[in-house]
Amino acid sequence: MTGTEREPADTSVTASPTETPSEIAAPTSEVSRRGLLGLAGAALGGLALGGAGGAITATAVAAADTTTQYPFYGEHQSGIVTPTQDRLHFAAYDITPGTTRADLIALLEDWTAAADRLTRGLDVSETGAVGGPALAPPDDTGEAQGLPASGLTLTFGFGPGVFTDAHGNDRFGLASRRPAELVDLPTFAGDALEEASSGGDLCIQACANDPQVAVHAIRNLSRIAFGRASIRWSQLGFGRTSSTSKAQVTERNLFGFKDGTANITAEETDVVNKDVWVGGNSWLTGGSILVARKIRMIIETWDRTSLDEQEHVMGRAKGTGAPLSGGDEFTPVRFHHAGPDGRKLAMDSHVALAHPDHNHGARLLRRGYNFVDGNDQLGRLNAGLFFLAFQADPRTAFIPIQKQLGHSDLLNEYIRHVGSAIFAVPPGAKPGEHIGAGIFG
Amino acid sequence: MSVSTIRPARLVGLTSGAALLVLALAGCVPNNPTSGEALTVEITDTTCVVSANTAQAGTVKFSAKNTGSQVNEFEILAADKLRIVGEKENITPGQSVDYVTHLEPGTYYTECKTGMVGEGVGTTKFTVTGKSAKVDASKQQQIDTAVTNYIGYIKDRTAALVPAVKEFTEAYRSGDDEKARALFGPARVNYERIEPTAEAFGDLDPKIDIREGDASEDGVPFIGFHRIEKDLWAPAGFTPSDPAGRAELADGLEQNIQKLYDLVHEPKFTVSLDDISNGAIGLLDEVATSKITGEEDEFSHTDLYDFQANVEGAAVAYGNVRDIAKASGADGAKLVESIDAKLDALNKMLATYGSLDTGFVAYNTLTTDQVKELSDAINALSEPLSKLTHTVLGVSSK
Repeated sequence: MTGTEREPADTSVTASPTETPSEIAAPTSEVSRRGLLGLAGAALGGLALGGAGGAITATAVAAADTTTQYPFYGEHQSGIVTPTQDRLHFAAYDITPGTTRADLIALLEDWTAAADRLTRGLDVSETGAVGGPALAPPDDTGEAQGLPASGLTLTFGFGPGVFTDAHGNDRFGLASRRPAELVDLPTFAGDALEEASSGGDLCIQACANDPQVAVHAIRNLSRIAFGRASIRWSQLGFGRTSSTSKAQVTERNLFGFKDGTANITAEETDVVNKDVWVGGNSWLTGGSILVARKIRMIIETWDRTSLDEQEHVMGRAKGTGAPLSGGDEFTPVRFHHAGPDGRKLAMDSHVALAHPDHNHGARLLRRGYNFVDGNDQLGRLNAGLFFLAFQADPRTAFIPIQKQLGHSDLLNEYIRHVGSAIFAVPPGAKPGEHIGAGIFG
Repeated sequence: MSVSTIRPARLVGLTSGAALLVLALAGCVPNNPTSGEALTVEITDTTCVVSANTAQAGTVKFSAKNTGSQVNEFEILAADKLRIVGEKENITPGQSVDYVTHLEPGTYYTECKTGMVGEGVGTTKFTVTGKSAKVDASKQQQIDTAVTNYIGYIKDRTAALVPAVKEFTEAYRSGDDEKARALFGPARVNYERIEPTAEAFGDLDPKIDIREGDASEDGVPFIGFHRIEKDLWAPAGFTPSDPAGRAELADGLEQNIQKLYDLVHEPKFTVSLDDISNGAIGLLDEVATSKITGEEDEFSHTDLYDFQANVEGAAVAYGNVRDIAKASGADGAKLVESIDAKLDALNKMLATYGSLDTGFVAYNTLTTDQVKELSDAINALSEPLSKLTHTVLGVSSK
């Protein structure tokens, strides 16, 4: 059914038009796909990237545009160490009461089949948006017709409710399968959590370089779920605030600062294997734990704060991203060390408190996005950071870090944590298998 | 597994798989009708007595005699007491008529309709026993049956609507607000059950059921049910109509309801198969878009009556084409199974908030979580239901 395959847009134009001569644009996009796969493979396999590999990777990332495709099947799920795409649509679902274990498995099978197609830039089913009968609603909602894969990744996770619901019921016979790493997050100082943007039994993280492609994926996957699961909350994000590859430029959050400079990157394979992927020998091996936090920024107040104070709070220079202790963006932070302008890094600055040295070496792989959900009733932008962190064990990563930040971060004056959720992200699915099959083992 | 009911235990027949083939409607009597004694039906203006309340499956003959003073109608309803599976209309005073029909094993109800308006008279359970005597009807026969029965249902519901609205408007006109408020939700039920039909008559639906936000000076003014609702549950700062204004609104609503009755009772009135299946989908869409938000009955918060009535109307429309869908290959059977299960789940959920007989809780007392739960159940049903038209009509149609 090639007729339902979405026609790629004019990719030779969209692929890095300013950097790449048009005659090699197509090969570049081809290289880009291989290069990115190679990158992922290297990270997974723990192979060191050579100089040549790095060069290819750099090219690839520069061309990480709408033509890029990432495979849905694999050892790990895509969308974790995958170079962070520009756009996000994240959705958390509640499983509908009355749904059985068999229904849940059927949903995961349906989602898997759809995700495999969507990440290849195809309509959600063979008949798709316009190939079906005229008197029935189309399987595919159609707004992604003509759009290529756009680097879409779909990453699935299981919340605590899959194992036991809020009343302690073991709805699916999975209570004994709950991984120790999937803890209920404690209450942190400064939490102002809203039920409407917290929790969830299942989640799907859709990342893409075209927002329409990400939204299309969540919309169609939600439709597939009707009767079995429904959206509890969802979040759109733009302007990735973290890089997950050294080849990516560090983006800025809505405070105007480079964010995630010290993030784990795919190239740090040892760190990825130790701190991102769950080890051992369980159904979650090769998976990860995702913590999602919706952080509202009181940006109007921040914007009338002096540059000096802003940099003091962050611990970094606003322009270059360099730590106040000196150097450039990637220079290691030096505590108790005055920078060239004589300023010392405050020990309660955001950078200092979040630093691995102050958290028993704990590190997170972050995939944060900016959000602006319109405005509040006072006319202030309802804006902030949608923080997504992957880690092998939040008990030694997100939780201690956030405890420390919640208590004394200078930044707390300007932020509120309004949403929170945690999910066990299973390893990748093998072809012929559905996502999270191991959980039912 | 029997799927049921909005009103407890009423859709059992609908989902028992019985092919309720009514081959012998007026003017369509088979050549060899009788296989046993005819049952007699004694009709007066206030009674409707069938000589037995059971029959063997197969061809059943009723000999009806109207000894009352008004024209009457004999009806056989499915177990849901809503879906008509057979009827004999226009039995005039003094007239004796034979009515022959084919009934599959199951539970039915017999009743009469004095003056061919209002609710049924002498509603009595009627059980058909024995083995299925299903005739191998062609698809066209099935379609004809579905259309005939759904037209019967529409006529029947408008017939019940006319007096129910009149009782409501009379209470409102006379200033008996307490009574009018109690009758508002129930009076609308038979309208909401067949709303897509009224909508098919262009400007009639807005004149009856327009919401304040949809009314405009250059379009349809704010009249009808919801304008009266606003008088009865007057928001702060709103001056309700004076007696003359009330009379005008009451008259207008009565006239428009009568117009609806007249239109569907015209001999040329008909519906098509896709009107029926799309009607089922449309009723659910009504619920999903405007009922679920509570914007339908914004002053009275009686939305759950409308909600229930829409779902019942959808269930009846679906019930009329269910056998056709079920016979449409493996996909059709699977679709029917899915719709039955989702309808059952929705009905059970609605039943926790009341019933049309006992009344419903005010919609604004539901928590956001409860509304979400209802919304999820509606969505769960609407997805398979949206495939119904394609399934019953098949790809080649149209």
